[in-house]
Amino acid sequence: MRPTKLIDEVQFQLIIDRLAHELIENHRDFSNSVILGLQPRGIYLAHRIEAKLKEIAPKTDIRCGDLDVTFFRDDFRRREKPLNPNATKIDFIIEDQRVILVDDVLYTGRTIRSGLDAMLSYGRPRSVELLVMIDRRFSRELPIEPKYVGRAVDSIEGQRVNVQWKEVTGKDLVELHTTL
Amino acid sequence: MTEQLSVEHLIGIKGLSKPDIELIFRTADEFKAVINRPIKKVPSLRDITVANLFFENSTRTRLSFELAEKRLSADVVNFSASSSSVKKGETLIDTVNNILAMKVDLVVMRHPDPGAALFLSKQVNTRIINAGDGTHEHPTQALLDAYSMRERLGPNFNGRKVAIVGDITHSRVALSNIYCLKTLGAEVMVCGPSTLIPKHIEALGVKVSNSLDEVLNWCDVANMLRIQLERQGGDQDVAFFPSIREYSAQYGLTLEKLNSLEKEIVVMHPGPINRGVEITSEVADSDQAIILDQVENGLAVRMAVLYLLASQIERN
Repeated sequence: MRPTKLIDEVQFQLIIDRLAHELIENHRDFSNSVILGLQPRGIYLAHRIEAKLKEIAPKTDIRCGDLDVTFFRDDFRRREKPLNPNATKIDFIIEDQRVILVDDVLYTGRTIRSGLDAMLSYGRPRSVELLVMIDRRFSRELPIEPKYVGRAVDSIEGQRVNVQWKEVTGKDLVELHTTL
Repeated sequence: MTEQLSVEHLIGIKGLSKPDIELIFRTADEFKAVINRPIKKVPSLRDITVANLFFENSTRTRLSFELAEKRLSADVVNFSASSSSVKKGETLIDTVNNILAMKVDLVVMRHPDPGAALFLSKQVNTRIINAGDGTHEHPTQALLDAYSMRERLGPNFNGRKVAIVGDITHSRVALSNIYCLKTLGAEVMVCGPSTLIPKHIEALGVKVSNSLDEVLNWCDVANMLRIQLERQGGDQDVAFFPSIREYSAQYGLTLEKLNSLEKEIVVMHPGPINRGVEITSEVADSDQAIILDQVENGLAVRMAVLYLLASQIERN
């Protein structure tokens, strides 16, 4: 079956703009807030939002890092393919900060669970919020819910949500693939 | 880019491909970041048990492996020959099978006999990491040496000139380094008195010289090996060189020799150092020496090897 287009380029940018504004509403000047994008694909959304925030509020100092969760995953030695790590780039301490974890798709919640563990290597945050581009509802295996959502998608097993980034494939796009 | 090692055991560098070594380096990059964080531990190997079997003395390698295992959250058991049933006449296979009966997933072994790790890998059902087998190989040392060079001089080894100076005959570090550097594309020259250079070593594709000055002027990196006093003849009463003083005068690296060179070279030493024999204190403590970086990198590289081998172990 041909993939269904869920979000086109225009909507994609509108969603990022809206998410950035929602963050400003809750975090004001970001003096005690940091953004952590989850490797490998959450970092694109995190940096896109960082850029938008700097555009809206040029004077604020936004801290944004990349967090790799590979060594904290719970499926090491349980999958066919080996888990290869990506780079973690965090040049600040998150002790007593309000952390915004960012990922592209929230599905079972297991990646976010690993992210919460991995994050603790950098200190004890005051609070943690979750921001995702796509929330695949009704497929959670852990009690994890996002605070900021780009688009909620009701999908069934066998379907796959594919988020494409301008930085990787040249276009911003979200598609739903169905294999029957 | 390869995602998995082509081997089940790390017996030696011989048998590793260039993509294997590059995968280990890439993985070690991330572990180096981990060990420099405020919290240095990750939970990856929390359901893996590792036995460190040391049939020969070691401080640095053993400590480095044990710390690497603990940083990965593995359970660790230690064994040393001096305080074990080996003294009571138990064979190697029996010793290891007894330990494996306690459900150990991975074995790190150092042994005085060349080939012990390979032999064991064929006899028992577990993954083996060779931490040095006699005068044969010491693969993790070669990996951490090359990793340290890569960190200092960049990832491209093509045309890089590396000198290995000292007792080449008795050195497992030299052999593993030669395999590793040749696989990565570097040029290697070995240097030492003729008595300490094995015959036909040119067959491995290395150059040979008996002059330290010639070698120093040629190389980008000088890896100064320790003179292994415990392997110099011993009971056969054979001396490979007239005296320590004469060796030191001819093959010891001094600050004067280093400063007389036109370019700045990187100085390495696998430790433990005999200060004033193969390398003087001023050189060992100079900015050109990366001896302590090697130790730090050893931890990251061993974590990478343990992680990659453990990822192949199937869960029951």
